[in-house]
Amino acid sequence: MKPAVKRLIFFAALILFWGLGSHFELWHETILPSPFSVWDALAAGFADLTLVYDLVASFRRLLIGLAVSLLIGTALGILLARSKTADDTIGSMVLALQSVPSIIWLPLAMMWFGLGEGAIIFVVILGGTFVMTLNVRTGIKNVNPLYIKAARTMGSNGIDLFWKVIIPASIPYLVTGARLAWAFAWRALMAGELLSAGPGLGYTLRYASDFGNMALVIGVMIIIGVVGAVVDQLIFQRIEKNVLKRWGLES
Amino acid sequence: MYLFIEIQHIDKIYTDKDNNANTVLEDINLEIPKGQFVSILGPSGCGKSTLLSMIAGLTSASSGDIVVDGATVQKPGKDRGMVFQEAALFPWMTVTENVIFPLRKDMNKKQAVERARHFLQMVQLSNYAGHYPHELSGGMQQRVSIARSLAMDPAVLLMDEPFGALDEQTRSRLHGQLEKIWIDTQKTIVFVTHSIQESIKLSDRIVVMGTRPGTVIADIEVDIPRPRDAHKQQVTALEERIMGLLKGEIDKVIDEELAYEARR
Ligand SMILES: Nc1ncnc2c1ncn2[C@@H]1O[C@H](COP(=O)(O)OP(=O)(O)O)[C@@H](O)[C@H]1O
Ligand SMILES: [Mg+2]
Repeated sequence: MKPAVKRLIFFAALILFWGLGSHFELWHETILPSPFSVWDALAAGFADLTLVYDLVASFRRLLIGLAVSLLIGTALGILLARSKTADDTIGSMVLALQSVPSIIWLPLAMMWFGLGEGAIIFVVILGGTFVMTLNVRTGIKNVNPLYIKAARTMGSNGIDLFWKVIIPASIPYLVTGARLAWAFAWRALMAGELLSAGPGLGYTLRYASDFGNMALVIGVMIIIGVVGAVVDQLIFQRIEKNVLKRWGLES
Repeated sequence: MYLFIEIQHIDKIYTDKDNNANTVLEDINLEIPKGQFVSILGPSGCGKSTLLSMIAGLTSASSGDIVVDGATVQKPGKDRGMVFQEAALFPWMTVTENVIFPLRKDMNKKQAVERARHFLQMVQLSNYAGHYPHELSGGMQQRVSIARSLAMDPAVLLMDEPFGALDEQTRSRLHGQLEKIWIDTQKTIVFVTHSIQESIKLSDRIVVMGTRPGTVIADIEVDIPRPRDAHKQQVTALEERIMGLLKGEIDKVIDEELAYEARR
């Protein structure tokens, strides 16, 4: 059986179990609303466009934050790979920063940028930057020395060698870095939105929770999960697979 | 005869982190005339790759000089093409893009592509111009890398066990192709190998190296008419002679390895 078919059957069974459980009142509607209530809440949210505005607002923050974090991450990664001193100093700081969830920066970010967009985007940027930095650094350091030797015998050196050989050779790591940066940024965004003003998916989740609308809470959780999975599998894993194949790192 | 490559009193000493000196090459002297196909033959670890990489300018000597076409080698240059044991093609470029990589700055794109086509034809791969390296077999990749070196029109082609990773049949076919390319282009070729048969099949001259430290132990002119396959007796005789020369060297390596095992 194809994995896609297995997956479909699995999710159908899961929803069926959920629906039957609700129907026979194995749990109370306020604890876990039925799939129909969740469906209705989602349909209403999309019909009056609130969820559409939320999605647009969340994606806008994500795209800005991710773009900035990829730029900073790449620049910082290049610096760490090229300079031993930077690696010994900034590098150890990046490792420390990477090991904490970026949401802990939110209180400070709110002091600096106020309660609005700025603070959330800042947290998103911090979420994506360091994992990108570390991947770019590793990618550049792991370039097959044979490529560099071959390029040098063909008259390439310095800046030409760096941009024409070393950077393209590290693209598999850059792509993986971007995929992980997206995943971290997405998590940071949801955490940030939960704690700040709307619109946004995270904000609506908290708002629904405050008003005891559990159906909408679950609906938004599902949207967050689906967006995460779809972007990861349909966009990043595909690119990654193609790149790995082309770069001869996977058969 | 014009001495094209002069290797003068080359020593190479590597020092490890505990400051132990490892003399890899000791007082290597060689003179290679233009157009010669010379093999450097020796057991693994005797410093063949190190010597070749010095001619390429990728590694510096501890002492001594290497002069190519009147100029002392300081750094790599397009006058010396290098073919490695692995094809070293850039996987993100098509075959044509790989071949024009060394030509980018010397001519416009159209001329470079034209030139690439010519050399891909020489290695019989013109139908694969648009393919990516991962779509080619090991032997085809190695032919592309030979075309790439030839395309920059080097005075010398340095080859470091270029067919070592290929299967016997492919290797034998490529021997034929390389011999033809050498005759057609009249390049000077310095060919590193640890295979006695390969060196006899291809070269005008075989420089036999011994190990620990790496030195030249024999310098043999091969005056067997080409194609060599047609002169089995002479080939076998030379094979046995070289085998005798190398026997002592191989024993030396084995003894050392045994001693090393015993010490552990
Ligand atoms: N960069 C290096 N640092 C230290 N030792 C090296 C280095 N490169 C080669 N060697 C040593 O030099 C010797 C000769 O190596 P090499 O030239 O690769 O031999 P060959 O090509 O004949 O097999 C080996 O013992 C190897 O361990
Ligand atoms: Mg070698």
